[in-house]
Formats: sequence, structure tokens, C-alpha cells
Amino acid sequence: MLKLDYEMKNNLTISAARKGLASGEFSSFELTKYYLDKIEQNVDLNAFVTIDREKSLLAAQKADKEIAGGTDLPLLGIPIAIKDLFCTNGIRTTACSKMLYDFVPRYESTVTQNLLNDGAVFLGKTNMDEFAMGSANITSCFGPCFLPFRKKSNPTSKLVPGGSSGGSASSVASDLCVAATASDTGGSIRQPASFSGLVGIKPTYGLCSRWGMISFASSFDQAGPITKTVEDAGIMLKSMAGFDPKDSTSANTNIPDYQKCLGRPIKGLKIGIVAEFMDGLSQENLELIERACSWLKDNGCEIIDLSLRTIPYALPAYYIIAPAEASSNLARYDGVRYGYRADGCKTVDELFVKSRSEGFGEEVKRRIMTGTYVLSAGCYDAYYLKALKIREIINIDLQTNAFSKVDAILLITTTRTAFSIEESNNMTPIEMYLSDVFTVTANIAGLPGISIPVGLSDDGLPMGVQLIGNKFQEEILFRIAYVLEKCANFRELKKSILVEDTVYNE
Amino acid sequence: MNKLALRRIENYHFTEDQRRNLQTSGAAGFRNDGWEIVIGLEVHAQISTKSKLFSESPTDFGSDPNSQVSFYDAAMPGTLPVLNGAAVDLAIKTGLSINGTINKISQFDRKNYFYPDLPAGYQISQLYFPIISNGYIDIELADTTRSLKRINIERIHIEQDAGKSNHDLSADFSYIDLNRAGIPLMEIVSKPDMRSSTEAIQYVKKLRTILRYIETCDCNMEKGNLRIDANISIRKSGDPLGNRVEIKNINSIKFLGQALDYEAERQIAAREHGEEVAQETRLFDAGAGMTRSMRIKENFADYRYFPDPDLKHLVLTDERIDKIRRELPELPDAKKARFVEKYDLSESDATVLTEDRIMAQYFEKAVTASKFKGSSKLIANWVIGELFAFLNKTGQNIYDIKFPIEYIGELVDLILDKTISGNIAKSVFAKMVEINESPSKIVADQGLAQIRDDSLIKTIAEDIIKNNPNQVAEYKSGKKQLFGFFVGQCMKALQGKGNPEMINEILKAMLD
Repeated sequence: MLKLDYEMKNNLTISAARKGLASGEFSSFELTKYYLDKIEQNVDLNAFVTIDREKSLLAAQKADKEIAGGTDLPLLGIPIAIKDLFCTNGIRTTACSKMLYDFVPRYESTVTQNLLNDGAVFLGKTNMDEFAMGSANITSCFGPCFLPFRKKSNPTSKLVPGGSSGGSASSVASDLCVAATASDTGGSIRQPASFSGLVGIKPTYGLCSRWGMISFASSFDQAGPITKTVEDAGIMLKSMAGFDPKDSTSANTNIPDYQKCLGRPIKGLKIGIVAEFMDGLSQENLELIERACSWLKDNGCEIIDLSLRTIPYALPAYYIIAPAEASSNLARYDGVRYGYRADGCKTVDELFVKSRSEGFGEEVKRRIMTGTYVLSAGCYDAYYLKALKIREIINIDLQTNAFSKVDAILLITTTRTAFSIEESNNMTPIEMYLSDVFTVTANIAGLPGISIPVGLSDDGLPMGVQLIGNKFQEEILFRIAYVLEKCANFRELKKSILVEDTVYNE
Repeated sequence: MNKLALRRIENYHFTEDQRRNLQTSGAAGFRNDGWEIVIGLEVHAQISTKSKLFSESPTDFGSDPNSQVSFYDAAMPGTLPVLNGAAVDLAIKTGLSINGTINKISQFDRKNYFYPDLPAGYQISQLYFPIISNGYIDIELADTTRSLKRINIERIHIEQDAGKSNHDLSADFSYIDLNRAGIPLMEIVSKPDMRSSTEAIQYVKKLRTILRYIETCDCNMEKGNLRIDANISIRKSGDPLGNRVEIKNINSIKFLGQALDYEAERQIAAREHGEEVAQETRLFDAGAGMTRSMRIKENFADYRYFPDPDLKHLVLTDERIDKIRRELPELPDAKKARFVEKYDLSESDATVLTEDRIMAQYFEKAVTASKFKGSSKLIANWVIGELFAFLNKTGQNIYDIKFPIEYIGELVDLILDKTISGNIAKSVFAKMVEINESPSKIVADQGLAQIRDDSLIKTIAEDIIKNNPNQVAEYKSGKKQLFGFFVGQCMKALQGKGNPEMINEILKAMLD
């Protein structure tokens, strides 16, 4: 049926798919069916948790009719995957929690509605850490999800794609879809993108509406895409973002055409290297940053050394404020109106306690407990209020000592490459939290951050670097990321990664 | 993040400052037995908006259960609050009307607790930075002095109402109605400035008058649109404040008085028997006429208030506040002062006439309809006397009356221009409210106008003098009090319609 060359099969981008659809090389129906079949063949990766084959194919057929009728929309007929945190009307949405195992919303999140309005075809809902709490996708009630990659040194051990948007990263990395939506509260887009050799952007807080995206920590949560290329990230973000009167924290700002800014020279841009982000990095990571710096210098950027003394406090502040908000946001799951309800309860208190004890997983309960503790009388001032102050001081530090001097900050995305499932299971919660140390700063400050794959580790696994920009400066990030992407030529590097047979085939 | 969030107010009902102030406050509130009762009220007033505080669901009363519930109201995953600007405007209006400070930056906080009819597991309220602070209203004391007492209002904050649990539909299950969930409320928190149940009642009545004037709450207590939590403690002169008992959810002014009186006596009895008064929450059992302990543990409940991250700070511009200030109607105190001044009314008449804005409006209409300057006092008497009696008797409100209020002015004019006497006017009024016809027409149709025909009165007077020679003789011999007899006879012959002054004049001329 569908005839795709190797390049198309394994690197099908939005722009390439648009070309194929426009020229009639393939139809949206064919492409959608190709992906649905491939998802089935790769069910072991556990990237998807809900698929509605019929619905997807119908949407594709509808897109084909529109294409034939001359309709031109940015994502018309493009099959994409949706993180299971976004409510999708009539399609089960679980946040990968037993608590919402049977929950079918009767409303559409603003982000997914924006994508539908732009013609996207949804393939299904992707696996994730329960309520987006985790960094390895091992807290999902559907079980872990896997990367199609293997370490050179240990090819038998399965790797996880990171988290919490693990399913989105895995599905894009395995080419089970063209692109995917994700969400980022403390690094849940950028960390899995980095593990999976993909581009992931967490935009400025408020750029994408949070309406219909199940809340984890309201003042941090942001939607964003995980894609194969910087250009795709621009196309996806343009479609997902936009002011929404239904979200009071939504920013009323114009969304530029990110695709158009790509390729514009970056000469003269100032890039900051923050000493505190470089402290104690491995040789491999230092070399990665140095290489990225030299590419940027070659393109006329100025590299500026910075020091932000508040940075070490970002992670502790994050792990106080985010659980505090989560403990309250997750109070609605009480077994009364929808979701999991424990059997045989005699009193309403018993109903609350049993439903929540049985419906939530360990990590979610741990964060609810932490959050409840830091908000409780006697702890509020010492923990929560202090963390809010730190958050404010970090903001001031970033504005005064970074963004008054540079256009963007360059740092690594994660200290390490993808974990194996055994490693993840053996990590303590604190070790797991520490894996967010380079990503939380952007969330604490509401700043945009993008991860771009630029290299491979000695073990043959993808490594990403991260750029953090000032508020609403996504265009600058995309322009710099585009240059790094070209210089790194990751598309070629990728060919040397060990990949599962069922995923990439000649 | 705003710096505002960096401060926390603990136990805002009774701050240490307030406790100190209270300790030094005068002894006016002490009873004969030396106990002083200290009362502070939290009034929950439903803000009169068409839609809920954070959603577009309607707020109509009495709809089918769960028929006014949006995805947000049911706290479905991913739904978010959007503040209803109309509710904010009405809260500002209320703040201005109680002489409060309108805080240009305020904040919504979450009060976290689990309850089946609280869908999100938290109530959005304003703890740390309320929209209004430091207001007051003056109440008239019910004693003979009618002097004013200032009751300070610590704050007004905006919050959501919860839903309703129904335990009566089934023996095994409870049912929940979320129609009320998310309805906007203002919580009006007084300082502990009241010293008796009467003061508390006066305060609530005055507050109700103001809220109805400015139409920010309809104050219908039967529908639960105005509910009261009363804080009451007792102490001996000079002592610090005693343990505070909160009586929750009082839904009528009568019950407020009963609950406070019962509770004061209970606390005094306890203390006099050497017992401590427990700091606790109680409920008023109207059937038994007593308060009952609700949950002693409530004092240990930790609501984990923190700023709601789904909402930005509520920032108000001067323009917005000024616009509302300009559109404020005349308030009860100002109207009362004006009535006293302009219409030459007594304080008490002015109070009665301005208690209800519509009533005051009707009164002024009636005055305007009158052709006589200085008729206002008489009109006030008619409104407060006859009209109120009629309304009371028929159980109607002033806006239910079927005749134009201008008729009262017309009726008074008929008295003042001597067309009818005051007595006749009463029967005209009775007819008027019965057939909703104008007083002039009633007087004309029924021939009730005074007889001012000089020759007719003279003829009748002559007849009476001729027919009563004995009385005339007695009168002439000095029994002057018989004059009234002749007037009465004339009036009787004229069927009560004769002009009294003319009758007097003519009889005097004939007899003297």
C-alpha cells in the first residue's frame, strides 16, 4: 500500500508529510492506517494507552476530502499523538491513573481543539507518568513505556524514554506518529525529548491554554510539542498556542509564525553560559556544551559567562510549590462524582480515604503528602511561603543577571542519557527528583525552554542541549535551535543508534 | 509572583490588637450581673449575579437538582475558573456603601477540605488579601436614646458557595445537588463590636437595608441568600475575651436573637458554675430553641489556605472603582438625613420611611403629587399610619399596591384644601385601596365633599336654634360648653360633610 523510503519511514516530518499529502503521494487515510498498524506492531513499547482506530481513520478520510477540496490548514491530515493529560471529547482520558481509568470527557482541551481546528488527525493517547508526576514514565498505571533504542554497552536492557511525557517521546522516536503533544511542569517535555533524540519545547507560561489539560501544578504546567525537528516544533507550537479566555492565566499575546523565523541569521545574538549550570558536569556533558558554543560562535553569536547564585535553590523550591499545588489540585478525585470509587464504604470519610488510597499510585500519594505537609499550619511559612520568596528572587536574579545581558542561556537538558528500566526502578524518589535539576528553572520562572538533540553519548544514546529564553521569546529560541540542529546533523548521527527491529526498517 | 503573597494573616476574626482594644472598651455593654457579651457576625450574602462566580452557569433559585452545573462547577478534570466581573463590581459597590477601603489588589485563596458537596475539594475564597477592608455601619440603638453606635466591619471577601447534600431521599445513600456550588457570596465580617442580641439584630437589619438599597444582595433569608455565623463570648469587666463560640448557619433574624440569647445564658451559667466555655462550633436548633455542639474538633481543622494558582491577582483600577462610586444610589443614612431636613420629618418617621428604598421612593412620589407646600409631614403620617396598616393587614409589599401612590398626595390635598375632613379622608382611603380609584373621584361620586354653602348652613343652623329653645336659653345663661351640642346637631344634619369652621362661625354669630 503505502510506499515510503527509509528516510520517510523513519523521519517523516510535518513538512514532509504535508508535501506527500499535497502531491498525492499518499493520503491521510493511508498514512494514518500505516501508523495505526505500526503502533500495533510495536505494542511492546507501550507508548499508547488508548487507540480508537475507527475514529482516527474517519478523521483521516475527512481530512482527505478537505485536501481534495482545496482546504489548506497547517496540520491538515497529519497524524499526531496526544499525551493522555489532555481531555479529548469522547476519547478516554486517564492521566495514566487508576483514578481516571474509565474517564471519558465530554469536552475538548483548548490545545487539542486548536490542533483539530488546524486539521490534525489524532492517532491516540500516549503513556505518561501518573498525573505527570515522574521522570521515567514508570508511575503510569498502564506500566512503563520504552524507547526503541539500546545502549551499546548493554543492548539487552530496555531503556525508558524519561518522563513524564514518556509515551509522547517514545511514539515520536519510534516513528509511530509524525509529532506529539506533551506537557512540562518541571521538565516533562524537555527531559524525554533529550533522552529520545527529539526536539521538545516548553513555551512561556501562559502561551498555551491549560483549559482541559489535567492539572498537576497550575503555576508551572505548560503544554508543548515533542517533534522530530525544530521546524515541526514551530509548526506544532503555533497551532497549540493562543489566548484562551477560559484560562485566567493564559497570555493575551500574538503567536508569531515560528516557521518563518527559522534560518534568519543569529549573528550578534548573545548566549549566556551560567557557571552554576556547569558545576560538576561530566566530561561528556562539558564537551557537548563546548561543541554547541563553538557552533554558535561560528554563526556569529557572542558567548557570555554568567553567574546566577540563586539557581541551586530552584529545585528545592520547585519540589515544595509543585506538590503544594498538586495536593490541592488532586483533591477533586474523591470518588464522589466520577473516577475510581472504592467499594463497600460505610461512611463518606471512608469513601474518600479508600478511593484515594486505592486510586492513586505511590508517587502521586507521596507528592500529595508532601504538598499537604508544606501547606499545613506551622509549615506554611517555613516551607511554602519561603519557596514562593525563592521563586520571586530567582525571577529577579534571572532578569537582572541574565536577560539584561543575553538573549538566551545555553545549558544541558539532563545530566545523563536515557535510564534503563532496572535503573529507574532502583532510583530513590530524591534521585529521581534530581534528574529535573536543569529543567525546573524554566518552570520556576515561567520562561520558555527548548531541548535540541545535538550528540550521542559514548554509549550511543542521544544527548540534548537546552536553551532558555526570556518570556515570549520563543522565536529567538527557535532560530538558535535551528542552527544547532543543522550543525549537529543529528539525523545522520541517529543512524548509528541501536534500534529495535520492529521500529526502523529498510 | 507578587509580594502580596508573602504575608499571612492568622486567625483574622480576633487579632491580638482587637483583643487588647476590647479589653479597654467601655463598660456600656455590661449587664447587671457584671457579664459582658461580645458578639461579632459573619454575614454570608449571595451576590445578585445572573451567573456563578467562576462559571457561566445560571444562579436561578429552585431549579431542578444539578440542572445549573457546568463542567467547572462539578470540578471535572482540567476545567478552570474564570472570574465573573459583575460579582466583583457588586462587591465593590457593597464596600463603598459600608464606608470600606477598596483594595486595589486582592487575591483568591483556596480553603482546602474534603466534603461531598464541595466538588474541587477546596473553596475559592479570599483569606490573605480581601477585596474590602475596614468599613463600618452605624446602627440606631433600640433604647429610648435612639443614639447611634458604630459597628466596625473588618473585611468583605468574595467566595464560592458549596453544593447541597440531601440525606433524606434514601436510607442508604446521600444525594448531592450542585446548583448552589459556585454561587458568589460576600462574607461580611464585623469586628466583635456588638454587646447584645438586640445590637446584633439591629446590625443585620441595617446591613440588609443597605444591601437591598444598592441591590447587591436580595437578602432573602428563606432562600438562603443571607446566612449568618455568629461569634459570641462572655467576660467579666476588665477581663480578656473569653473563649469564642461560633454558631453557624443561622437563617433568620429571629433565630439570631434566640441563638445569641440562649448561648449567652449558657455560657454565663457555665462560668458561674466554675466551668470553662469550650471554644467550639455550635448549631442553633430552632425547634428546641437551643444551640448544640457541632464538632469540637473543628478548631483543629487545618484548611491549608494558599493563593489559588489558577487565578491571577484581582487588580482594580481607579476608573472602575470611581465609576461604581458615581453610580451609587443615595444610601439609607443620607436619605434619612435628607428626609428630616427637606420634609421636616421626625427622626423616627424618617427612619421608617427610608428603611426600604422603594418605600422612600413611593413617599417622595406622593409628596411630589401634592399641590401644598408643607404637606410632607401629613403625607408621612398617612403612609406610616393608614398605608402601613393596610399593607400589614393584607400582607402586601409597597410595590404590590394597585393604585398610584400619587393618590396619597391627592388625598392629603383634599384635606388641606378643606374639601373633606380628616375623618371622611379615612373612609375615602378605605374605598381607594378597595377600588383603586382616585380620591377626588371617590369624593365626587359619593358626594363626600364638604358643604361650604353659606345659606344652606345658615338655614340648618336656624332650624336647630328654633327646635332647641331650652338649650339656647341655657347657653345664653352662660353654659358655653353647649356650643359643641349645636355644632354636632348641624354636622349631623349635614351628614358629617359640613365645613367645621363655617359651622362654628355661623353658630357663633347666631347665638352670641
